[in-house]
Formats: sequence, structure tokens, C-alpha cells
Amino acid sequence: MAEQDFINCGIGGMLKVTVEDGVIKRMRPLRLTEEDGGHWSIEAKGKRFTDPRKTTINTFNIAERTRVYSENRIKYPMKRKNFDPGGERHPELRGKDEYVRITWDEALDIVTSEIKRVREAYGPAAITAFVSSHHNYGLLYYKMGPMPRFYNILGYTQLLDNPDSWEGWHWGSMHTWGWYWRFGQCDNFDMLAEALKNTEQVVYWSVDPNTSAGGYGGQETVIWREWLRELGIGAIFIDPYCNATAAHMADKWLAPRPGTDAALAQAIAHQWIVDDTYDHWFIDNRTVYFDEWKDYILGKVDGVPKTPEWAAPICDIPAHTIKAVARQWMSKKTMLATGSMYGTAGACRNSYATEWCSLMVHLAAMMGIGKEGVNIWGGTAHGAPLDMRFKSAGYSDCGWDVFGLVAKQPTFPDRNSVTQRVYRLSLPEAILDGHIEWLGEGFCVQYPEQQFKKMQYPEPGPNGAEIRMIHRHGGSFISTMSDTSKWVRMYQSPKLEFVVMQDCHWQSETKFGDVILPASTNFEHQDISEWAQPGGYGNGNVNCNHRILMYQQKCIEPLWESKPDYQIYCELAERLGFLEEYTEGNSEEDWIMKVFDITDLPKHISYEDFKKKGYFVVPSVPDDYKPTISNQWYYEGRPVDTPDRFNPLADTEHATEMATPSGKIEFKRTILEQYFPDDEERPIMPRYIPLFEGHETKGLVEKYPLIIMTPHAKFSYHTHQDNKIQWLDDIRQHRIIKDGYAYWPMRLNPGDAEARGIKDGDIVMAYNDRARVLGVALVTERCRPGLLHSYQAGAKYDPLEPGNADSIDRGGCVNLLSPSRYTSKNACGEANMSYLVEVRKWEA
Amino acid sequence: MTRYGMVIDVNTCVGCYNCFLTCRDEYAGNDYPGYSAAQPMSGMNWMKVNEIERGQYPHVKVDHVPVTCAHCDSAACVTLDQTGAIYRREDGVVLIDPEKAKGNKGLVGLCPYRQIEWNEELQLAQKCTLCAHLLDKGDPEPRCVESCPSGALVFGDLDDPSSKVAALVASGTEVMHPEYAMGEKVTYRHLPKKFVAGTVIYGDVDEVATGIDVVLTGDAGSCTMKTNGFGDFEFEDLEDAANYTVEIEAPGYVAATLTTKTNRDIYLGEIVLQK
Repeated sequence: MAEQDFINCGIGGMLKVTVEDGVIKRMRPLRLTEEDGGHWSIEAKGKRFTDPRKTTINTFNIAERTRVYSENRIKYPMKRKNFDPGGERHPELRGKDEYVRITWDEALDIVTSEIKRVREAYGPAAITAFVSSHHNYGLLYYKMGPMPRFYNILGYTQLLDNPDSWEGWHWGSMHTWGWYWRFGQCDNFDMLAEALKNTEQVVYWSVDPNTSAGGYGGQETVIWREWLRELGIGAIFIDPYCNATAAHMADKWLAPRPGTDAALAQAIAHQWIVDDTYDHWFIDNRTVYFDEWKDYILGKVDGVPKTPEWAAPICDIPAHTIKAVARQWMSKKTMLATGSMYGTAGACRNSYATEWCSLMVHLAAMMGIGKEGVNIWGGTAHGAPLDMRFKSAGYSDCGWDVFGLVAKQPTFPDRNSVTQRVYRLSLPEAILDGHIEWLGEGFCVQYPEQQFKKMQYPEPGPNGAEIRMIHRHGGSFISTMSDTSKWVRMYQSPKLEFVVMQDCHWQSETKFGDVILPASTNFEHQDISEWAQPGGYGNGNVNCNHRILMYQQKCIEPLWESKPDYQIYCELAERLGFLEEYTEGNSEEDWIMKVFDITDLPKHISYEDFKKKGYFVVPSVPDDYKPTISNQWYYEGRPVDTPDRFNPLADTEHATEMATPSGKIEFKRTILEQYFPDDEERPIMPRYIPLFEGHETKGLVEKYPLIIMTPHAKFSYHTHQDNKIQWLDDIRQHRIIKDGYAYWPMRLNPGDAEARGIKDGDIVMAYNDRARVLGVALVTERCRPGLLHSYQAGAKYDPLEPGNADSIDRGGCVNLLSPSRYTSKNACGEANMSYLVEVRKWEA
Repeated sequence: MTRYGMVIDVNTCVGCYNCFLTCRDEYAGNDYPGYSAAQPMSGMNWMKVNEIERGQYPHVKVDHVPVTCAHCDSAACVTLDQTGAIYRREDGVVLIDPEKAKGNKGLVGLCPYRQIEWNEELQLAQKCTLCAHLLDKGDPEPRCVESCPSGALVFGDLDDPSSKVAALVASGTEVMHPEYAMGEKVTYRHLPKKFVAGTVIYGDVDEVATGIDVVLTGDAGSCTMKTNGFGDFEFEDLEDAANYTVEIEAPGYVAATLTTKTNRDIYLGEIVLQK
């Protein structure tokens, strides 16, 4: 049968999928035609840069067809052998039990009867359900889709996600300059043209855009950084590891000890003060409390001037180098490429990361952020000259029910009858200890004080209940949360009477389920989406060369006995008597049509044509388009003019202000004065605080002298592709095959390796008091001394003793080693980026 | 007459491995009758990426060198193959006929670049086809080039003077083994050589020394550069395994002289000038 092409989208780029005889044969990027439009060009420094006329795909999505057909796909509904819902449940066997195949009817009957039983016995709050942060791409099927809508109607304890990719920005810099609707990071409109035309230098601080600012946008912005090089725009990288982008293009690489970035920032500020090179006008007119902070930096408060000489032994960078970098930085129009939608190289997930994140804003203020060529540019990965006003839909535009964009009855925020909440980061403690307290309502993007809200589980009063049932929809927290052996213990707790795992693949936690429901990938159903458009808290952060809306066409029938998630929840809803409310009579395609209607698509293309073609490129901005560069309005004292849809100050009398109490960038986080005036761990005035497990931690560092860093993985979007795409194991920077097993790399410096008798290619064990994880040593000069580098999100939890929470893990889930402790006591973020470990050669 | 070729710019390659995976996506499990039989689902590397780490902490960089069949105009495999299974098309593409080559393991050893691989399951020697089956259908480039996000891979007609690939060749490209003299049509810019680098410090004031002259002398002569704003200097594209002398002079300071040999890329570390 002839080949047929379909349009769909992976988590790293849109895909043209070729199918022959019902089998996916290959996936390619898209070549844009003249008719597609979307052209743009930028004239800068005598050169002309134009939009690439083909899309890119991030590496891990290129082999996407092997993810679809992976031998790790869940083929049939399964029941854990020793789980008898009518008899003995044997929770202690979760993680080491066998599975038997059952029918869909049997599976859904068990799930339905368990839901009813738990609600009857304990109340609706006794059920929680949660999704992977990054599942198969598509607006309707993504994390805010079928599962939360179902459970909002049923009523359940919503699991609040900690703001994982943005912790320090969310808990820290938010209070320095506002931007709470964006986790404390600014937007990035029209930055590319601004940088090419006016910027002379970029400082990349804890970012690796060629690795993970790709995110949903694939490799779209790789070419931008080649243009920066072509124009001779300098690149300084600050990262304990010479990351992929640094290794490719750094003019200077500074490697502070992990967790000492705040000290380095203070020393740079000190140098700018001493050299008197900072932007006085901006400080005087657009900030407050600088003089108090300046006194602190100069040592007038604690007698310790934060000089480069002071920072040198902390960061382990010579003082003369710190001075030279500070001077080079301020001598040119510089973009500070830090933060980004994708959290990249990870310093924001250190303990006390609030301090470094706030200090990044301090340095940007001293530069005069928003003047020509000078800004914070998230990873250099956003801000093509695109029409950001074209109305589309992003998956986080409507809170936890994306169907609510078009439903007659949105189910968020009011439909969920249960007011009890639980916190993702501490779910194991919640189950095992029966009680947790934390602060904040998860992604606290509604108002700045939202993250100060005291929360507890169970909810006091008659509506609270301990959780007895978990319904997990994709994902693998053993690789991405903190101190994750406690997740093994949690699943084995007798308090959890029923666990259902719904997923496409066997992942780290699947084998802790009592019932397993096989879900289909996005290629096995339809959806609608815009490429790389989160909407909501990420609106406008499209990191692509074009805005492209897609009709994600169904390429193949669901494989084996898998079903699309929406269908699974429909069948459950039907059994539970609320199908009509859940679907409002809409099929999958009915919802797609309704979403189509609320976008600007109907102005340009009919539904039938859009469905047939599969994509639409948003037209170019008009010839007289005036860029609205992020923060430039603030510098110039004008009302905010960027197309940031969620800025609450826009079009108000405060439109020229930052969303802080004073309306300006604050060198003291005054909002904290009211709520946490005595918090030494997130003080009013940001300052360097050593890692709670770092080079200064006496009593621990002698035992575990290496500091690990665990940034976002390069060849997998978190756990999404690893262990499902075997070809990735042939890339040595992803996994290293030794004796037939694909180990996770653990990188260390030659001096540290030699001191431990470790050679490149040896199987090694990283360990501390919390866990033991195997990997293969990758000995490299790219690691600074004292560093163990191993990406997080290895998706293969492979304990040598299945079911034993303390087992050695062979698969490389380094987050097992990380601490439970929050970012700081009132900043309830994951602080699992850097902490103490040791490594030794492994003899089986 | 069309003569297909490719130029790979190592400086522009970011090491994303798109080309490596894309080639597998096109060929693993996919037959193209008349052009190639399917690659096995894993194990073959018709396009592979070699990672070359250079320097010592903290002066480190990484070059990535994509390697594939060079579709040589005077290919050893074509010349030495007695069976006629390997042949050169008029447009320069070198193919292994999947029918004629069956069972002939000897073909694997014919390429001095070792770009011919053995498919055990099919008992077939296989290699890169330059995606000839796609080119013949009107695609402008092979899939590896299509998926390259940085523009490191440039493909086209070497005999078309207006083509980008011809212009790049005219500006000077090289091959990894010029001594093979096979008329390789996949050539390189910026293949990694060796560098000698260092950082100069004024010892008396503990500051980096910016804008001072550093002279490198080797067998081929001398060249001079100034230290940059970080006090760094780097002489690139030097000979392999060669002796060099580095002389650093700054007014008011004792000149420093160092010698080194480029058995690997060399970072001389911090060179502290004293008064």
C-alpha cells in the first residue's frame, strides 16, 4: 500500500510521519513552502538573517517511531498477581510482584469498584491522581487534559506540583521584581533581533540551550547561536560543568563550585561598585534599597567585603579571573542569558537557590536591564520576530482543565468538591507519616503571596482524609523528585489500598501498580496544538522560528490493546455515571473543532483544510511591525507593551511598574518583611548561603567529598524517551553500554578519577547515606575538580533487589541520592541539583 | 553534469547527533529496492559522530566530527571490487547493489575509512547511500543534512559554481587522509588540529594581563597574538606532535618562555609574570 504522510508533534518538534501498511516508517521535519508564509528577516550589523524554511526536531524525537513501537510498551491491561481486591492485597509486594494479563472490562471494573469503595469508606479526599509533567504532546491530551477533568468531576485530593523547573526564581526572584505569573522570570519578546542588532556579549549563567532550551522547540534556536558567533558576539559561560553549548562556543568558561553562584554574583557586583561601572541612572530611577545592599556588598554590615578575593576560595576561581570577567561583562552591552522556560542547567534547583536567582536580577539591574542590547534573555532561546498576538491556545491557559477553554462547564477551579490538597514533593511523607505541612499552592502564579499560604494534609475537619488510592497517569518520579527511595516505601505502605498505573510504557513506577492500564501515544489518536506553546505561565515563550498550529493527525491505530487516555477516562466516567458531564456529548474531534473555533485560525483557514493539511503557519508580522522588547518599556518608563497576556498590571495605572510592593526592582525583598521577617534561609536581602550539603559542610564532606550536579538531561526530555528508544543508548553521552548493559554516565575530572583508581569506562557506584546508584565513569576535563556530573531523569529504575527501597539501582536514577530537604524552610522547592556524594569503582 | 558532494564544517557542528539518529530513522527496518536493503534495527552507523575533547580544565572545548561514506570519485571500494556490486553513478553517488553484494563479506574491508559495514542478518555489506532514493524523487538533500540544525552539513552539486557547497570547496576544504587520494566528495572545514593556550597573570598585582604580546614559534615559523580581556591566548590549528616555544613579554616584567609539544591540545595554565 502506498505511503501516507501525517502531521503530528513530539515533545521536541513537529513531525511529518510516514505510514505504510499501517506501520510508521519514518518521521521527518517539515519543509515550509512559499505559500506557508511566516517569513521574517533581521538586518543586523551589516548582515541579514532570515528564518530557516524547514523545522527542526530535537534529537530524542528523531527516533520517535521506536518509542511508539518500543518493547517497553504496555500492551495489555494487567493485574498484579498477588493483589486481590476482594481478599489480600499484599502492598509489601509492590515493586517485586508479577503481573497477569486481564481484559479491559476486568481492569476497568476493578478501578471503578475501588473508586467507589474508597469514596464510600473514607470520602472522596482519599483518592489522589497525578500526571507526568510532560506526557505525549498535544493540547487536549497533555497534563491539564483528560485526567484532571475526570477527577475534578469525581472529586479528589489534587496533587500540587512544586515549581520544579523554576524553583529559585519562583521562591526568590519573584520577590525581587515580580513576574509572579511567570514564576519570577521575565518574558522574552523580540529578544533575537535586539540581541543581533545591539548586543555585544552574552553571559550564559547556568544555561545550556543546545541541550534543554530545545525543550518543546526542538533545535530551533541552535542556528541563533551560530548567528551570534558569526557576528562576533562574545560568549561567557558560568557552569561547574563545561556544558554542551559551552564546549561548542564559549569564549570563556568559569566553573564555580556547585552552589556557589551567589557568591560569584556578589563578587561581580562588588567589582562593578569599586570600578563604578554600573548604571547609576537605572539604579536611582528604577530600583529601591540599592544603597542598603551596596553597604552589605562592601562589607559595611558584617565586616566582610564581598570581594573577588573573598569569593575566590568559595567558588574555587582565582580572584583575578573573577575581576576580569566582571570587567569584561560591564565593558560591553551584555545579555544575561539565565533562567528560561526550561530551567536548563539547574542552579535554580540548588538549596538556597532563591539567593542566586534574586542576585541575577540585582546584576541585571546594575546593567540597566531593558536598555539597548541589555536584558535578561532566557537561555537565548525565545524571542523570534513572530506575531505573538495571533490567538491560539496553550495547555496551561485554563488551569487544571484545558477542556474548560471551550466546555460549557469548565471543571477548574470550582468543580472539585474536595478542598484537601497534597504536595507532590512530599507525597511519600504524606502517605508514610500520615501528615505533612508545606507552603504554597504548587505553581504559585496567581499572586505573590500565594506561595506563603500555609498548607497541611490531611485537611483538618470532616472533609479531610488520608489518601488510600493513587491513580498515576504517566511519568517517573524516581528519576526526577528528591530522595526518591521513599517513593518505593510509599507504594509499599499498607495505607495505599489501591494503586493504578496508566501509561504507554513500563517506567520506573509502573511495577508498583495493582492494575496497569495501557495508554496510546499521541500518534494513535488526534489532537490539536500549537508547537511549543504552553500558554498561561509560559505564554509567548514559543522558542521556535515560527508559530505553527497543528491538527495532530492520527497516524496509526492504537497498538496492542492500548487506548487513548480520553477514551479510558470516558469508559471510567460511564461506569461511574458522569459520562455526559465529562464529555458534554463531545467526541475527541468535537473538542478539537471547538478549540479551532476559539483561535484566530478560522480567519485564515477552514476547519476542513486545517484538518487535511495538518498545520498552519501563523503569518508574518506586518512590514510596519514595531518590536516590543521585554523590559524595554520598564527602562523607558512606559506602560508595558509586550503581548504578555497574563501581566495583571497591563492597561492599569500601574502599567509602568514591576509587580512588587514598591513597583520597582527591589534590592530588599520587602514582601518577605511582612511574612518571614526572621528567616535566615531566605533573608530579606539576598545573600550567598552555602549549600546545606556542600564543600563547607563539616562532618559530611569528609565522608562524601564530591559535589554532584544533576541538570536536565540532554538526550531525553526528562524521562520521556530514555529506556524506550534503544538507539539513544548508542550515544555515549546518553548511556554507555558495558557488558551488554546500558549504564548512565557519571562524569568526573581526571584528577578525581585517578585518585579513586577509576578509569574511563569503569562501572562505578555513586553513594551517600541515602542511596547507591551505579553508572559508568566518563572521565573528562569538562568537569571541574570535585564535581560528579550526572544528568537527572534517567528513566530506568533497575534495583538489584526489586522491591527493596534501599537496593542499589543499576539503571542510573541519581535522584535516589538527593536530599528531601526543601530549597529552604519557607521555600518548598526541590533542592536536588547539588549535594554530597562519593564514587568508587564497582566490583560486583 | 551533477556531481553530488557534501562539506562538513566541524566548527559549526554542535554535537546534537541528529544526523546519526536520522540516518537510522530512514534506514532501520526500511528497504529501498534498487538502492539499499534495510539496516538492522540497531548497530549500524552509516553516519556517526566522533566526539573529540580538547584541552585541560579550565580551558576545554569539544569538537564533533560527523563521519560517513565520502562517495569518492576514485573510490577504493569501486576499484577493488571485482564483482561489480559496488558502483559509482554518473551523479557521483557510490552504491552497493543489495542483490549483487549478497553474501560477500570481503567488500567490508575495501574501504580504508572503514565506512562499509556488515549486516549479519541479511549477509550484506552496507553503507551510506547519500539518500539517493530521496534525491531521485526530488528531495534537495539527504536526511542527515535535512536534520542538521546548525548548518554544519552542506550538500549540493559540486560542479554547480553557484552552489553553496562548491563555494565552500573553493574556499578550501580537507579530508582526513589526503594520502588516500581517492577524490573524496565529502570534505571538511575546520578539522581539529592542535591548540596551545594559556592565561597570563601579572604576579605583583594579581590581575590578568590583557593586550600583551604572546609569540609562538614552531618549525614553520612564528606568529603573534595579544592576550584578550580575560588574559587568555590561544593559538589554534597547529601541527600535531610538534614542538613549540611560547614567549610572553610585557613592559616592566621579566619575559616568560615556555616550551611544549602538541601530543595533545595544550593549556599551559596560568603563566605568572614577575617584575
